[in-house]
Amino acid sequence: MSSSATGIPGQGHHPPAGRTGSGGTGEQPGGPLAAGGLQFSSRPRRGLADALFKAVTGAFASLILVLVLLLVLELVRSSWPSLKAFGWRFLVTQTWDPVRQQFGALPFIFGTVVSSLLALILSVPVSLGIAIYLAEMAPHWLRGPVSFLVELLAAIPSVIYGLWGIFVLVPLVRQLEVFLGTYLGFIPLFSGPPYGIGMLAAGIILAIMITPTIAAVSRDVILAVPNSQREASLALGATRWETIRNVVLEYAQSGIIGAIILGLGRALGETMAVTMVIGNRPEISASLFSFATSLTSVIANEFNESGGALHISALVELGLVLFLVTIVLNSLARFLVWQVQQRNGGAARV
Amino acid sequence: MDVDRLHRRRRRWKERLMTVLIYLSVLVALLPLFSILIYVAIKGIGALNWDFFVRLPGPVGDPHAGMANAIVGTLELLLVAAAVGLPIGILAGIYLAEFGGHGLFSNSVRFLADVLSGVPSIVIGIFAYALMVLPVKHFSGWSGGVALGIMMIPVVTRTTEELIRMVPRSLREAGLALGVPRWRVTVSIVLRTAAGGLTTGAMLALARVAGETAPLLFTAFGNRYWHRSLNEPVAALTLQIYQYAISAFEDWQRQAWGAAFVLIIMVLILNILARLGTRSKFSTQQE
Amino acid sequence: MSAQAGAVAAVEETCGSPGLPDGAAVDSTAITDPVMEVKSLNAWYGSFQSLHNICMRVARQRVTALIGPSGCGKSTFIRCLNRMHEMAPGARAAGQVLLEGEDIYDPQVDPVAVRRAVGMVFQKPNPFPAYSIFENVAAGLTLARVGRRFYRSQLAEVVERSLRQAALWDEVKDRLRQPATTLSGGQQQRLCIARALAVEPKVLLMDEPAAALDPISTLKIEELILSLKEQRTIVIVTHNMQQAARIADYTAFMLMGELIEFGPTAQVFTTPRDKRCEDYITGRFG
Repeated sequence: MSSSATGIPGQGHHPPAGRTGSGGTGEQPGGPLAAGGLQFSSRPRRGLADALFKAVTGAFASLILVLVLLLVLELVRSSWPSLKAFGWRFLVTQTWDPVRQQFGALPFIFGTVVSSLLALILSVPVSLGIAIYLAEMAPHWLRGPVSFLVELLAAIPSVIYGLWGIFVLVPLVRQLEVFLGTYLGFIPLFSGPPYGIGMLAAGIILAIMITPTIAAVSRDVILAVPNSQREASLALGATRWETIRNVVLEYAQSGIIGAIILGLGRALGETMAVTMVIGNRPEISASLFSFATSLTSVIANEFNESGGALHISALVELGLVLFLVTIVLNSLARFLVWQVQQRNGGAARV
Repeated sequence: MDVDRLHRRRRRWKERLMTVLIYLSVLVALLPLFSILIYVAIKGIGALNWDFFVRLPGPVGDPHAGMANAIVGTLELLLVAAAVGLPIGILAGIYLAEFGGHGLFSNSVRFLADVLSGVPSIVIGIFAYALMVLPVKHFSGWSGGVALGIMMIPVVTRTTEELIRMVPRSLREAGLALGVPRWRVTVSIVLRTAAGGLTTGAMLALARVAGETAPLLFTAFGNRYWHRSLNEPVAALTLQIYQYAISAFEDWQRQAWGAAFVLIIMVLILNILARLGTRSKFSTQQE
Repeated sequence: MSAQAGAVAAVEETCGSPGLPDGAAVDSTAITDPVMEVKSLNAWYGSFQSLHNICMRVARQRVTALIGPSGCGKSTFIRCLNRMHEMAPGARAAGQVLLEGEDIYDPQVDPVAVRRAVGMVFQKPNPFPAYSIFENVAAGLTLARVGRRFYRSQLAEVVERSLRQAALWDEVKDRLRQPATTLSGGQQQRLCIARALAVEPKVLLMDEPAAALDPISTLKIEELILSLKEQRTIVIVTHNMQQAARIADYTAFMLMGELIEFGPTAQVFTTPRDKRCEDYITGRFG
C-alpha cells in the first residue's frame, strides 16, 4: 500500500484540471525553466509547429465546405432571374423557347426521369445477379478478375460510351425497335418509327453505365450479411437460392435499395453518353422509340450558344434541380447502405 | 408422397434456373465491356498513324490531320487538376484522420465531400464557368483544369482519410516516443507508410477525371489549334471525341475512334499504375 | 534550483515516509542519486483511475523491473514516465515525475523534449515499414527538431554506434538499405532498441520488449539490456518474473494501480515484505 493515502493532492477520483491534455498542442508557451540541466522548455515556441499543421490542414478541410457552399450559392445566384420569372411553373410547363424567352423544364425532367427509370429496370436484375454471383457463388479465384472487369466498366469514359453508342448500339437498337414495333407496336410504348436514336437507346446505355455501381455496392452489402444467417437457413433444408432470396437478400434489402438509388443518382447526372444517343428533342412522348432530351443534354447543348441572360439562367436552374435531386438521392442511398453495414459491425464505406 | 416429390423437383428446377440466370447476368454485363474494348481497339488502331500524334486537326479529308494539341491539352489539364485536387484532398484527408474525430465540423466536411462526389459533372462545369470563365469573359485551360481538380477532391480526401486511419497506432507511438513532433510523425511516418495507397488513390482519381467531358464543355472549350497558354481555350481528347463523333463526316468519326483508343490507353495506364502502387508497398507492411 | 528543491521537499512528505510500517515496503529513499523520481503520480483513463499515488525513485545506470499481474498499471506507469500516457484518448496524469530534478509534468515543459530524454521500446516490434534499416535507426535524428543538421557521415556514425550497442550491427551491416520489414521479429526489436538509442536518451523505457519474441531472441534482448546499463538507466515492464530476477537491479511490484513493494531485486524475490507480493512471486495468484 502506498504510504498515507489521505491528504494527498490529486488523490481524489476526479482528476484535477490542468496538467492534462494531449500532445502538448495548445499549451501556452512559457519562459525557460530555471532549474534542471535538461531544459526541456528551452524552445519557447514548442507546439507551434503542431498548431500550425493543424491550422493548415484544417483550412484545407474547410475549403471543401467553402467550395460546396460557393457551388450552391453560385447556382442559386445564376438561376435567380429564371427562378423569379417562372417560379414553380418552371418545373411543370413544357415550352422551351429562347426566342420568346419562355422556359419550362418539364420535357427535360421527363426525359431524365424516364431514361433513368428505364436504365434501372434494365440494370437492377443484372446488377443483382452479378452481386450475388460475386458474393455467394463465384469460386474464390474468379472473384478478383470478375470484380475487376465489372469495375473496368466504370472506368470507361462516358464520351466513349457515347461513341460506341452512336456507332454500335444504336444500329442494334434500331433492329430491336423494328422487331418490337412489328410484334408489340399496338402498345404506345413501342410505337412510332424506329430511329434507333432516342429514349430507348439512352436507357440502355445508362443501364450499362450504372451496372458497375449497383453491382459493387450490392456485393459489399451482401458480403456484410453474417454467415450465421446463411447457415441457419441451410440447416433448415433450404436450397442455396432459397437461402439467398429469403435470408440474404431480405437481410441486405435496405442496403440494396441504397445501391439502386446510388445508381439512379449516377444515371440522372450522366451527360455525354445520353446527349449523344437520346436525340435531343424536347418532346414528351409515350413511345420509347421517339427522340427525347434530358436535363444534362440540354445544358450541354445550349449553354455555350445561349440566347440571352434568361436562357442561361434557366439552364443553370436545370443544373440546380439536378444538383438538389442528386444530393437527396445520394444522402438517402448512403444512409441505407450505412445502416446495413452498421448492423454487422461495418464494412467498407460506399 | 407424390406431391412431396413434385415439390422437391420444382425446388431443384428453380435452383438451377436461378443459377443459370445469375451466370447469364454476368455475361450480359461483360458483353458491352468486351464490345466497347474490341471496337475501340480495332477501329482505333486503324485510325492511328504518326501524324495523329504530331499534327493539328485538319479539315475533313486531310490525311495528315492529327490531335497533337488535344493529347498535350489533356495532359496539361490533368496536371492542373492534380495540382488543385491532390493538395486539397490530401491535406483535408489528413485533417479528418488526425484531428477530425466526429465533431460537427469534421462530419460536415465528410458529408459535403460525399455531396461533392455525387454532384453531376456538368454541374461542376457550370460552377467552374461561373467561377473562372464569366469573370474574365473567355474560356481557358485553367478553368477546365480547376473543374477536373474539384471533381478529384472528394475522392482523394476520402482515400487519404481511410489510408491514414489504417496505419497502425504503434508506428505513431514509436515516432512520438523518439521525440518526434506530432506533425512530423504524421508527415514523415504515417504519410510515408501510406504512400503506396495514396499513389493508388491519386492515380484512380486522375483516371476518373481524365475521361470527363462535360465539365470541360464550358471551361476548356476545345481548340483546333495550339494554345499558347492555359489562359486560352484548350483542346482535350474527350472534347475532340465528342465533336467528331457527332459530326457527319466519316473521316472525323474515324479519328474519334483513334482518339478514343488513345484515351482508353491513358486511363488504363493510370489504372494499372494505381494497382502497382498498392501491390509494391502497402501490402508488404508488417503484419 | 532552490525553488525547485522546495517543491520537492513539499511533496516528499506525502511520499514514502520510512518510519511507517506499510511504507517500508515501497521505500526507495535508499537510492540517493536517482535519475528519475516519481512523486504522488496518479493516472486516469476517462473516469477510471489506473494509477494511485505512485512514489518511486529510479536508480542511475541500473535496471529497474516493474512486475505485477495483467492490468495492474505497470504499462500505464511506464508510459507516464515519458508522457506517452496522455497521447491515448481520454488519458490524464497528475503528480510529479522529476527527471534530473526537473518535473516533466510542469506545464512549461515540452512533452516532445521529454520523449527525447526518455526513450521507449514497445511490446511488439514496430519499425517503420516504409523506412530502410538505416533510416529507421536515424529516424529520431532526422525527423526531430534537434537544432542542428546532421551530415551523412555523422548520421552513419550514429547509426553504426547504435546498431553496435543494440548488438545488431554484424547482422545488418551489409543490408542497411533494405526495408526494415525484411528482418526477423527479434532483429526488428533490436532495431527498435537501436532506434531509441540513437537519440541518446538518459533513460530507456521498455514495455515487455520480449513478450512477442521467441526464447532465443528473448535471451539476446536480455543480454543487450545488461550491456546497456553500463551507460544508461533502464526501466522495464515484464510479465516474466525469471526475467526480472535475471536482469533487474531493482524490482517494483504493482497491483491494481498501486505500488506494493519496491527494493533491490534479490530482496524482493527472497524476502518480500508485503504478503501480496510474496503471494505473487511464489505463484499463489496472478
